[in-house]
Amino acid sequence: MAELPETPLLDELEKGPWPSFVKEIKVAARHKEACRDLLGQLERSYREKIGHWKHGGIVGVLGYGGGVIGRYSDLPEDFPAISHFHTLRVNQPSGWFYTSEVLRKLCDMWEEHGSGLTNMHGSTGDIILLGTSTPELEPTFKGLTDLGFDLGGSGSDVRTPSCCVGPARCEWACYDTLKLTYDLTMSYQDELHRPMFPYKWKFKMAGCPNDCVASIARADMSIIGTWKDDIQQNDEEVKKYAEAGLDIQRDVVENCPGRCMSWDGEKLTIDNRFCRRCMHCINVMPKALAPGKERGATILIGSKAPIVEGALLSSVFIPFMNPDDPEEVAELKEIVEEIWDVWSEEGKNRERVGEFIQRVGMGNFLEAIGMEPVPEMVAHPRENPYVFYALDEEEEEDEDEDE
Amino acid sequence: MSEPASVDEVAEAMYQQVKAAQGQKKLKPGDLTKMMIELFGDRVDKKLCKKAIRKLIESERCVYTYFGGSFIELPHKEGAEN
Repeated sequence: MAELPETPLLDELEKGPWPSFVKEIKVAARHKEACRDLLGQLERSYREKIGHWKHGGIVGVLGYGGGVIGRYSDLPEDFPAISHFHTLRVNQPSGWFYTSEVLRKLCDMWEEHGSGLTNMHGSTGDIILLGTSTPELEPTFKGLTDLGFDLGGSGSDVRTPSCCVGPARCEWACYDTLKLTYDLTMSYQDELHRPMFPYKWKFKMAGCPNDCVASIARADMSIIGTWKDDIQQNDEEVKKYAEAGLDIQRDVVENCPGRCMSWDGEKLTIDNRFCRRCMHCINVMPKALAPGKERGATILIGSKAPIVEGALLSSVFIPFMNPDDPEEVAELKEIVEEIWDVWSEEGKNRERVGEFIQRVGMGNFLEAIGMEPVPEMVAHPRENPYVFYALDEEEEEDEDEDE
Repeated sequence: MSEPASVDEVAEAMYQQVKAAQGQKKLKPGDLTKMMIELFGDRVDKKLCKKAIRKLIESERCVYTYFGGSFIELPHKEGAEN
Protein backbone atom coordinates (compact mmCIF):
# COMPACT_ATOMS: atom_id res chain seq x y z
CA MET A 1 0.00 0.00 0.00
CA ALA A 2 1.39 3.41 -0.99
CA GLU A 3 2.65 5.68 1.74
CA LEU A 4 0.69 8.89 2.31
CA PRO A 5 2.40 12.28 2.56
CA GLU A 6 2.74 13.92 5.96
CA THR A 7 -0.25 16.25 6.40
CA PRO A 8 -0.31 17.63 9.96
CA LEU A 9 -2.50 20.61 9.05
CA LEU A 10 -5.01 18.59 7.05
CA ASP A 11 -5.13 16.02 9.84
CA GLU A 12 -6.70 18.68 12.04
CA LEU A 13 -9.70 18.64 9.70
CA GLU A 14 -10.31 15.00 10.48
CA LYS A 15 -10.92 15.73 14.15
CA GLY A 16 -14.38 16.34 15.55
CA PRO A 17 -17.70 14.66 14.89
CA TRP A 18 -18.18 15.78 11.29
CA PRO A 19 -17.46 13.93 8.06
CA SER A 20 -14.14 15.00 6.58
CA PHE A 21 -13.13 15.34 2.95
CA VAL A 22 -9.54 14.75 4.10
CA LYS A 23 -10.46 11.29 5.37
CA GLU A 24 -12.08 10.45 2.04
CA ILE A 25 -9.11 11.71 0.00
CA LYS A 26 -6.81 9.61 2.20
CA VAL A 27 -8.88 6.50 1.48
CA ALA A 28 -8.61 7.18 -2.26
CA ALA A 29 -4.89 8.03 -1.92
CA ARG A 30 -4.12 4.42 -0.94
CA HIS A 31 -4.57 3.41 -4.56
CA LYS A 32 -4.52 6.68 -6.56
CA GLU A 33 -1.34 8.65 -7.06
CA ALA A 34 -3.35 11.75 -8.03
CA CYS A 35 -5.02 11.72 -4.61
CA ARG A 36 -1.65 11.44 -2.86
CA ASP A 37 -0.40 14.47 -4.79
CA LEU A 38 -3.65 16.27 -4.04
CA LEU A 39 -3.07 15.78 -0.31
CA GLY A 40 0.51 17.01 -0.73
CA GLN A 41 -0.47 20.13 -2.64
CA LEU A 42 -3.35 20.92 -0.30
CA GLU A 43 -1.13 20.60 2.76
CA ARG A 44 1.35 22.93 1.11
CA SER A 45 -1.43 25.44 0.33
CA TYR A 46 -2.49 25.39 3.99
CA ARG A 47 1.10 25.86 5.09
CA GLU A 48 1.87 28.69 2.64
CA LYS A 49 -1.65 30.18 2.81
CA ILE A 50 -1.82 30.31 -0.97
CA GLY A 51 -3.82 28.38 -3.57
CA HIS A 52 -1.85 26.40 -6.12
CA TRP A 53 -4.49 25.90 -8.79
CA LYS A 54 -4.68 27.55 -12.18
CA HIS A 55 -8.16 27.65 -13.63
CA GLY A 56 -9.72 27.93 -17.06
CA GLY A 57 -8.37 27.73 -20.59
CA ILE A 58 -9.12 25.16 -23.23
CA VAL A 59 -10.60 21.98 -22.02
CA GLY A 60 -13.68 20.29 -23.17
CA VAL A 61 -14.96 17.45 -25.21
CA LEU A 62 -15.50 17.68 -28.92
CA GLY A 63 -18.37 20.00 -29.82
CA TYR A 64 -19.06 21.09 -26.24
CA GLY A 65 -18.13 24.41 -24.69
CA GLY A 66 -19.33 23.56 -21.21
CA GLY A 67 -19.22 20.80 -18.65
CA VAL A 68 -15.45 20.65 -18.16
CA ILE A 69 -13.66 23.09 -15.88
CA GLY A 70 -9.96 23.21 -16.61
CA ARG A 71 -7.73 23.04 -13.58
CA TYR A 72 -3.93 22.82 -13.51
CA SER A 73 -1.43 22.71 -10.68
CA ASP A 74 1.13 25.53 -10.61
CA LEU A 75 3.55 23.05 -8.99
CA PRO A 76 3.59 20.33 -11.67
CA GLU A 77 7.20 19.31 -10.90
CA ASP A 78 6.37 18.67 -7.26
CA PHE A 79 2.96 17.12 -7.85
CA PRO A 80 3.03 15.60 -11.36
CA ALA A 81 -0.04 13.41 -10.92
CA ILE A 82 -2.23 16.50 -10.55
CA SER A 83 -0.54 18.70 -13.14
CA HIS A 84 -3.95 18.41 -14.86
CA PHE A 85 -6.83 17.98 -12.46
CA HIS A 86 -9.92 18.93 -14.45
CA THR A 87 -13.42 18.92 -13.03
CA LEU A 88 -16.42 17.56 -14.91
CA ARG A 89 -19.96 18.67 -14.27
CA VAL A 90 -22.42 15.92 -15.06
CA ASN A 91 -26.10 16.69 -15.59
CA GLN A 92 -27.89 15.16 -12.62
CA PRO A 93 -31.28 13.50 -12.90
CA SER A 94 -34.12 15.83 -11.83
CA GLY A 95 -34.53 15.69 -8.07
CA TRP A 96 -31.34 13.61 -7.72
CA PHE A 97 -33.02 10.23 -8.04
CA TYR A 98 -30.66 7.35 -8.91
CA THR A 99 -30.55 3.62 -8.66
CA SER A 100 -27.68 2.28 -6.56
CA GLU A 101 -26.68 0.23 -9.61
CA VAL A 102 -26.08 3.31 -11.76
CA LEU A 103 -24.18 5.05 -8.97
CA ARG A 104 -21.84 2.04 -8.67
CA LYS A 105 -21.26 2.05 -12.43
CA LEU A 106 -20.64 5.79 -12.40
CA CYS A 107 -18.06 5.42 -9.61
CA ASP A 108 -16.37 2.49 -11.38
CA MET A 109 -16.15 4.49 -14.59
CA TRP A 110 -14.67 7.44 -12.70
CA GLU A 111 -12.13 5.23 -10.88
CA GLU A 112 -10.99 4.06 -14.31
CA HIS A 113 -10.67 7.48 -15.96
CA GLY A 114 -10.14 9.94 -13.11
CA SER A 115 -9.22 10.39 -9.48
CA GLY A 116 -12.31 8.59 -8.21
CA LEU A 117 -13.20 11.65 -6.12
CA THR A 118 -16.72 13.00 -6.47
CA ASN A 119 -18.82 15.76 -5.00
CA MET A 120 -22.43 14.68 -4.72
CA HIS A 121 -23.65 17.26 -5.48
CA GLY A 122 -22.09 20.61 -6.30
CA SER A 123 -23.87 23.83 -5.48
CA THR A 124 -24.97 23.85 -9.12
CA GLY A 125 -26.81 20.59 -8.50
CA ASP A 126 -24.60 18.62 -10.89
CA ILE A 127 -22.69 15.46 -10.09
CA ILE A 128 -19.12 16.72 -9.80
CA LEU A 129 -16.28 14.47 -10.89
CA LEU A 130 -13.07 15.90 -9.47
CA GLY A 131 -9.76 15.45 -11.17
CA THR A 132 -8.73 13.99 -14.48
CA SER A 133 -6.18 14.73 -17.18
CA THR A 134 -6.82 16.20 -20.63
CA PRO A 135 -6.27 12.87 -22.50
CA GLU A 136 -8.86 11.18 -20.25
CA LEU A 137 -11.63 13.70 -21.00
CA GLU A 138 -13.02 12.05 -24.13
CA PRO A 139 -12.90 8.51 -22.65
CA THR A 140 -14.69 9.82 -19.54
CA PHE A 141 -17.33 11.47 -21.69
CA LYS A 142 -17.85 8.22 -23.58
CA GLY A 143 -18.12 6.37 -20.28
CA LEU A 144 -20.74 8.85 -19.12
CA THR A 145 -22.82 8.69 -22.27
CA ASP A 146 -22.68 4.88 -22.21
CA LEU A 147 -24.33 5.12 -18.79
CA GLY A 148 -26.95 7.53 -20.09
CA PHE A 149 -25.45 10.68 -18.58
CA ASP A 150 -24.48 13.91 -20.28
CA LEU A 151 -22.26 16.80 -19.26
CA GLY A 152 -23.84 19.77 -17.53
CA GLY A 153 -23.30 23.46 -18.08
CA SER A 154 -20.34 25.71 -17.31
CA GLY A 155 -19.08 29.02 -18.66
CA SER A 156 -21.40 31.47 -20.37
CA ASP A 157 -24.17 29.01 -21.09
CA VAL A 158 -27.40 27.70 -19.63
CA ARG A 159 -26.28 25.98 -16.47
CA THR A 160 -27.73 22.58 -15.70
CA PRO A 161 -31.33 23.28 -14.67
CA SER A 162 -32.01 21.98 -11.17
CA CYS A 163 -35.05 21.47 -8.99
CA CYS A 164 -36.25 20.28 -5.61
CA VAL A 165 -37.66 16.75 -5.25
CA GLY A 166 -41.08 18.24 -5.96
CA PRO A 167 -44.18 16.04 -6.06
CA ALA A 168 -42.00 12.92 -6.08
CA ARG A 169 -41.62 13.21 -2.31
CA CYS A 170 -43.20 16.44 -1.16
CA GLU A 171 -46.91 17.07 -0.60
CA TRP A 172 -46.35 20.84 -0.75
CA ALA A 173 -45.16 20.87 -4.33
CA CYS A 174 -47.39 23.27 -6.24
CA TYR A 175 -46.29 21.98 -9.64
CA ASP A 176 -44.25 19.18 -11.15
CA THR A 177 -40.74 20.57 -10.75
CA LEU A 178 -39.10 17.43 -12.13
CA LYS A 179 -41.12 17.51 -15.33
CA LEU A 180 -40.42 21.19 -15.99
CA THR A 181 -36.71 20.70 -15.27
CA TYR A 182 -36.53 17.82 -17.70
CA ASP A 183 -38.47 19.80 -20.30
CA LEU A 184 -36.20 22.86 -20.04
CA THR A 185 -33.06 20.69 -20.04
CA MET A 186 -34.10 18.92 -23.22
CA SER A 187 -35.39 22.07 -24.92
CA TYR A 188 -32.20 23.99 -24.33
CA GLN A 189 -29.51 21.41 -25.08
CA ASP A 190 -27.84 23.72 -27.58
CA GLU A 191 -27.73 26.61 -25.10
CA LEU A 192 -26.51 24.23 -22.36
CA HIS A 193 -23.57 22.81 -24.28
CA ARG A 194 -22.58 25.75 -26.46
CA PRO A 195 -21.88 28.97 -24.55
CA MET A 196 -23.51 31.86 -26.39
CA PHE A 197 -24.48 34.38 -23.72
CA PRO A 198 -22.72 37.33 -22.04
CA TYR A 199 -22.50 35.17 -18.90
CA LYS A 200 -24.16 32.23 -17.17
CA TRP A 201 -27.93 31.67 -17.08
CA LYS A 202 -29.52 29.54 -14.35
CA PHE A 203 -33.01 28.07 -14.13
CA LYS A 204 -34.00 26.70 -10.74
CA MET A 205 -37.34 25.12 -10.02
CA ALA A 206 -38.73 25.12 -6.47
CA GLY A 207 -42.06 23.41 -5.81
CA CYS A 208 -43.21 25.73 -3.04
CA PRO A 209 -42.15 28.99 -1.37
CA ASN A 210 -39.84 27.07 1.01
CA ASP A 211 -37.57 27.20 -2.04
CA CYS A 212 -35.40 24.21 -1.12
CA VAL A 213 -33.11 24.88 -4.10
CA ALA A 214 -32.58 28.51 -3.00
CA SER A 215 -33.65 29.66 -6.44
CA ILE A 216 -34.55 33.16 -5.26
CA ALA A 217 -30.92 33.76 -4.29
CA ARG A 218 -29.12 32.09 -7.19
CA ALA A 219 -31.16 31.64 -10.33
CA ASP A 220 -31.46 34.10 -13.17
CA MET A 221 -34.95 32.67 -13.55
CA SER A 222 -36.50 31.32 -10.37
CA ILE A 223 -39.69 29.30 -10.83
CA ILE A 224 -41.24 29.01 -7.39
CA GLY A 225 -44.45 27.13 -6.64
CA THR A 226 -47.30 29.04 -5.03
CA TRP A 227 -51.10 29.00 -4.78
CA LYS A 228 -53.88 31.46 -5.50
CA ASP A 229 -56.65 30.40 -3.15
CA ASP A 230 -56.77 29.93 0.64
CA ILE A 231 -54.45 27.82 2.79
CA GLN A 232 -56.08 24.45 3.40
CA GLN A 233 -56.91 24.18 7.07
CA ASN A 234 -57.87 21.21 9.26
CA ASP A 235 -59.19 22.61 12.56
CA GLU A 236 -59.11 19.25 14.33
CA GLU A 237 -55.40 18.88 13.61
CA VAL A 238 -54.76 22.48 14.73
CA LYS A 239 -56.34 21.59 18.08
CA LYS A 240 -54.16 18.48 18.35
CA TYR A 241 -51.05 20.61 17.90
CA ALA A 242 -52.24 22.92 20.70
CA GLU A 243 -53.03 19.95 22.96
CA ALA A 244 -49.60 18.50 22.26
CA GLY A 245 -48.02 21.67 23.65
CA LEU A 246 -47.43 23.87 20.60
CA ASP A 247 -47.80 27.53 21.55
CA ILE A 248 -49.79 28.57 18.49
CA GLN A 249 -49.96 32.23 19.49
CA ARG A 250 -46.21 32.55 20.04
CA ASP A 251 -44.81 30.12 17.47
CA VAL A 252 -47.28 30.55 14.64
CA VAL A 253 -49.43 33.69 14.87
CA GLU A 254 -46.72 36.05 16.10
CA ASN A 255 -44.26 34.80 13.51
CA CYS A 256 -46.60 35.48 10.59
CA PRO A 257 -45.00 38.26 8.50
CA GLY A 258 -48.38 39.26 7.06
CA ARG A 259 -50.06 39.35 10.50
CA CYS A 260 -52.93 37.54 8.87
CA MET A 261 -53.69 35.03 11.64
CA SER A 262 -55.41 35.02 14.98
CA TRP A 263 -55.80 32.30 17.62
CA ASP A 264 -58.45 32.44 20.31
CA GLY A 265 -57.28 29.32 22.11
CA GLU A 266 -59.80 27.21 20.20
CA LYS A 267 -59.72 28.22 16.58
CA LEU A 268 -57.10 29.52 14.19
CA THR A 269 -58.45 32.15 11.82
CA ILE A 270 -56.50 33.11 8.68
CA ASP A 271 -57.25 36.21 6.65
CA ASN A 272 -55.85 34.80 3.41
CA ARG A 273 -55.94 38.18 1.66
CA PHE A 274 -52.85 39.15 3.64
CA CYS A 275 -51.01 35.85 3.41
CA ARG A 276 -47.51 36.33 1.97
CA ARG A 277 -47.00 32.64 1.14
CA CYS A 278 -44.05 32.46 3.52
CA MET A 279 -44.89 28.84 4.48
CA HIS A 280 -44.01 29.40 8.16
CA CYS A 281 -47.39 28.29 9.57
CA ILE A 282 -47.49 25.32 7.20
CA ASN A 283 -43.98 24.28 8.19
CA VAL A 284 -44.85 24.44 11.89
CA MET A 285 -48.16 22.58 11.59
CA PRO A 286 -47.80 20.35 8.51
CA LYS A 287 -50.68 18.08 9.50
CA ALA A 288 -53.07 20.97 10.01
CA LEU A 289 -52.24 23.36 7.19
CA ALA A 290 -51.33 22.94 3.53
CA PRO A 291 -50.94 25.13 0.45
CA GLY A 292 -54.20 25.91 -1.34
CA LYS A 293 -55.67 23.84 -4.14
CA GLU A 294 -55.28 26.34 -7.00
CA ARG A 295 -51.58 25.79 -7.47
CA GLY A 296 -49.01 27.09 -9.94
CA ALA A 297 -45.81 29.10 -9.84
CA THR A 298 -44.46 32.61 -9.68
CA ILE A 299 -41.62 33.39 -12.08
CA LEU A 300 -38.94 35.65 -10.72
CA ILE A 301 -35.96 37.07 -12.50
CA GLY A 302 -32.49 38.37 -11.83
CA SER A 303 -30.87 36.83 -8.77
CA LYS A 304 -27.22 35.98 -8.48
CA ALA A 305 -24.62 35.12 -5.88
CA PRO A 306 -21.91 37.70 -5.16
CA ILE A 307 -19.34 36.97 -7.86
CA VAL A 308 -18.04 39.92 -9.93
CA GLU A 309 -20.70 42.24 -8.44
CA GLY A 310 -22.79 42.00 -5.26
CA ALA A 311 -25.60 39.55 -4.59
CA LEU A 312 -29.08 40.10 -5.96
CA LEU A 313 -32.37 38.44 -5.05
CA SER A 314 -34.79 37.81 -7.87
CA SER A 315 -37.98 39.82 -8.13
CA VAL A 316 -41.42 38.94 -9.46
CA PHE A 317 -41.65 38.83 -13.23
CA ILE A 318 -44.71 36.68 -13.96
CA PRO A 319 -46.99 36.70 -10.91
CA PHE A 320 -48.74 33.39 -11.59
CA MET A 321 -48.66 30.67 -14.21
CA ASN A 322 -49.29 26.95 -14.38
CA PRO A 323 -46.06 25.10 -15.26
CA ASP A 324 -48.03 21.86 -15.58
CA ASP A 325 -49.84 23.28 -18.62
CA PRO A 326 -47.75 22.71 -21.80
CA GLU A 327 -49.23 25.80 -23.48
CA GLU A 328 -48.18 28.04 -20.62
CA VAL A 329 -44.72 26.46 -20.63
CA ALA A 330 -44.47 27.17 -24.36
CA GLU A 331 -45.32 30.82 -23.65
CA LEU A 332 -42.70 30.90 -20.92
CA LYS A 333 -40.08 29.57 -23.34
CA GLU A 334 -40.96 32.31 -25.83
CA ILE A 335 -40.37 34.92 -23.12
CA VAL A 336 -37.09 33.28 -22.08
CA GLU A 337 -35.84 33.30 -25.66
CA GLU A 338 -36.84 36.93 -26.05
CA ILE A 339 -34.87 37.78 -22.89
CA TRP A 340 -31.84 35.88 -24.19
CA ASP A 341 -32.03 37.80 -27.46
CA VAL A 342 -32.08 41.20 -25.79
CA TRP A 343 -29.50 40.29 -23.15
CA SER A 344 -27.13 38.73 -25.73
CA GLU A 345 -27.46 41.80 -27.90
CA GLU A 346 -27.04 44.45 -25.20
CA GLY A 347 -25.42 42.70 -22.22
CA LYS A 348 -21.82 43.38 -21.28
CA ASN A 349 -19.26 40.62 -20.86
CA ARG A 350 -19.84 38.82 -17.52
CA GLU A 351 -23.05 40.71 -16.87
CA ARG A 352 -25.81 38.56 -15.40
CA VAL A 353 -29.35 39.32 -16.49
CA GLY A 354 -30.18 40.81 -13.06
CA GLU A 355 -27.31 43.28 -13.39
CA PHE A 356 -28.38 44.01 -16.95
CA ILE A 357 -31.90 44.84 -15.73
CA GLN A 358 -30.46 47.08 -13.03
CA ARG A 359 -28.33 48.88 -15.58
CA VAL A 360 -31.01 49.47 -18.22
CA GLY A 361 -33.95 49.72 -15.83
CA MET A 362 -36.86 47.31 -15.49
CA GLY A 363 -39.13 49.52 -17.61
CA ASN A 364 -36.75 49.55 -20.56
CA PHE A 365 -36.08 45.85 -20.15
CA LEU A 366 -39.79 44.98 -20.23
CA GLU A 367 -40.30 47.19 -23.25
CA ALA A 368 -37.38 45.52 -25.05
CA ILE A 369 -38.78 42.04 -24.50
CA GLY A 370 -42.32 43.16 -25.33
CA MET A 371 -43.92 42.59 -21.93
CA GLU A 372 -46.44 44.80 -20.21
CA PRO A 373 -45.60 45.84 -16.65
CA VAL A 374 -48.11 44.72 -14.03
CA PRO A 375 -48.47 45.89 -10.42
CA GLU A 376 -47.56 42.45 -9.08
CA MET A 377 -43.97 42.87 -10.32
CA VAL A 378 -42.51 43.45 -6.89
CA ALA A 379 -39.20 42.80 -5.21
CA HIS A 380 -40.87 41.71 -1.95
CA PRO A 381 -44.46 40.91 -0.94
CA ARG A 382 -46.49 44.00 -0.07
CA GLU A 383 -43.80 46.29 -1.43
CA ASN A 384 -44.44 49.03 -3.92
CA PRO A 385 -44.30 47.74 -7.45
CA TYR A 386 -41.88 49.10 -9.95
CA VAL A 387 -43.67 52.17 -11.30
CA PHE A 388 -43.84 52.61 -15.03
CA TYR A 389 -45.45 55.52 -16.70
CA ALA A 390 -44.53 57.88 -19.44
CA LEU A 391 -44.24 61.57 -18.54
CA ASP A 392 -46.72 62.61 -21.20
CA GLU A 393 -49.31 60.18 -19.78
CA GLU A 394 -48.92 61.79 -16.38
CA GLU A 395 -49.34 65.25 -17.89
CA GLU A 396 -52.45 64.08 -19.74
CA GLU A 397 -53.88 62.75 -16.49
CA ASP A 398 -53.15 66.07 -14.78
CA GLU A 399 -54.91 67.89 -17.56
CA ASP A 400 -57.91 65.55 -17.26
CA GLU A 401 -58.08 66.26 -13.55
CA ASP A 402 -57.87 70.02 -14.17
CA GLU A 403 -60.79 69.78 -16.57
CA MET B 1 -33.80 40.30 -50.78
CA SER B 2 -30.31 38.93 -51.36
CA GLU B 3 -29.44 35.26 -51.41
CA PRO B 4 -28.81 33.92 -47.85
CA ALA B 5 -25.18 33.14 -47.06
CA SER B 6 -24.22 29.49 -46.65
CA VAL B 7 -23.15 28.03 -43.31
CA ASP B 8 -19.71 27.26 -44.77
CA GLU B 9 -19.29 30.81 -46.01
CA VAL B 10 -20.16 32.28 -42.62
CA ALA B 11 -18.03 29.73 -40.76
CA GLU B 12 -15.04 30.67 -42.91
CA ALA B 13 -15.62 34.39 -42.28
CA MET B 14 -15.86 33.71 -38.56
CA TYR B 15 -12.66 31.68 -38.68
CA GLN B 16 -10.85 34.58 -40.32
CA GLN B 17 -12.07 36.96 -37.60
CA VAL B 18 -10.96 34.59 -34.83
CA LYS B 19 -7.60 34.12 -36.53
CA ALA B 20 -7.08 37.87 -36.88
CA ALA B 21 -7.99 38.47 -33.25
CA GLN B 22 -5.93 35.59 -31.83
CA GLY B 23 -3.58 36.77 -29.11
CA GLN B 24 -5.05 40.28 -29.16
CA LYS B 25 -8.72 40.02 -28.32
CA LYS B 26 -10.87 37.18 -27.14
CA LEU B 27 -14.10 36.93 -29.11
CA LYS B 28 -17.37 35.66 -27.67
CA PRO B 29 -19.95 33.88 -29.82
CA GLY B 30 -22.10 37.00 -29.54
CA ASP B 31 -19.26 39.17 -30.87
CA LEU B 32 -18.86 36.88 -33.87
CA THR B 33 -22.58 36.97 -34.55
CA LYS B 34 -22.60 40.77 -34.49
CA MET B 35 -19.55 40.84 -36.81
CA MET B 36 -21.25 38.53 -39.29
CA ILE B 37 -24.44 40.59 -39.32
CA GLU B 38 -22.33 43.64 -40.04
CA LEU B 39 -20.38 41.82 -42.74
CA PHE B 40 -23.18 39.96 -44.49
CA GLY B 41 -26.11 42.25 -43.73
CA ASP B 42 -29.49 40.61 -44.30
CA ARG B 43 -27.83 37.53 -45.82
CA VAL B 44 -27.36 36.11 -42.31
CA ASP B 45 -29.41 35.86 -39.15
CA LYS B 46 -28.64 34.68 -35.62
CA LYS B 47 -29.77 31.12 -36.35
CA LEU B 48 -27.39 30.81 -39.27
CA CYS B 49 -24.56 32.23 -37.16
CA LYS B 50 -25.28 29.61 -34.49
CA LYS B 51 -25.00 26.87 -37.11
CA ALA B 52 -21.75 28.35 -38.38
CA ILE B 53 -20.26 28.41 -34.86
CA ARG B 54 -21.29 24.82 -34.37
CA LYS B 55 -19.60 23.90 -37.62
CA LEU B 56 -16.42 25.73 -36.62
CA ILE B 57 -16.25 23.91 -33.30
CA GLU B 58 -17.20 20.47 -34.57
CA SER B 59 -14.66 20.72 -37.38
CA GLU B 60 -12.07 21.47 -34.63
CA ARG B 61 -10.89 24.59 -36.46
CA CYS B 62 -11.84 26.55 -33.35
CA VAL B 63 -12.32 25.68 -29.70
CA TYR B 64 -14.27 27.09 -26.79
CA THR B 65 -12.11 28.53 -24.03
CA TYR B 66 -12.94 29.86 -20.59
CA PHE B 67 -11.35 32.90 -18.97
CA GLY B 68 -14.00 34.25 -16.65
CA GLY B 69 -16.46 33.92 -19.53
CA SER B 70 -16.60 31.68 -22.60
CA PHE B 71 -14.75 32.59 -25.79
CA ILE B 72 -13.99 31.10 -29.19
CA GLU B 73 -10.33 30.80 -30.14
CA LEU B 74 -8.00 28.86 -32.40
CA PRO B 75 -6.74 25.64 -30.84
CA HIS B 76 -3.45 26.27 -29.05
CA LYS B 77 -1.34 24.78 -26.31
CA GLU B 78 -2.94 25.75 -23.06
CA GLY B 79 -0.87 28.38 -21.24
CA ALA B 80 -1.83 27.01 -17.85
CA GLU B 81 -0.58 23.62 -18.97
CA ASN B 82 3.01 24.90 -19.31
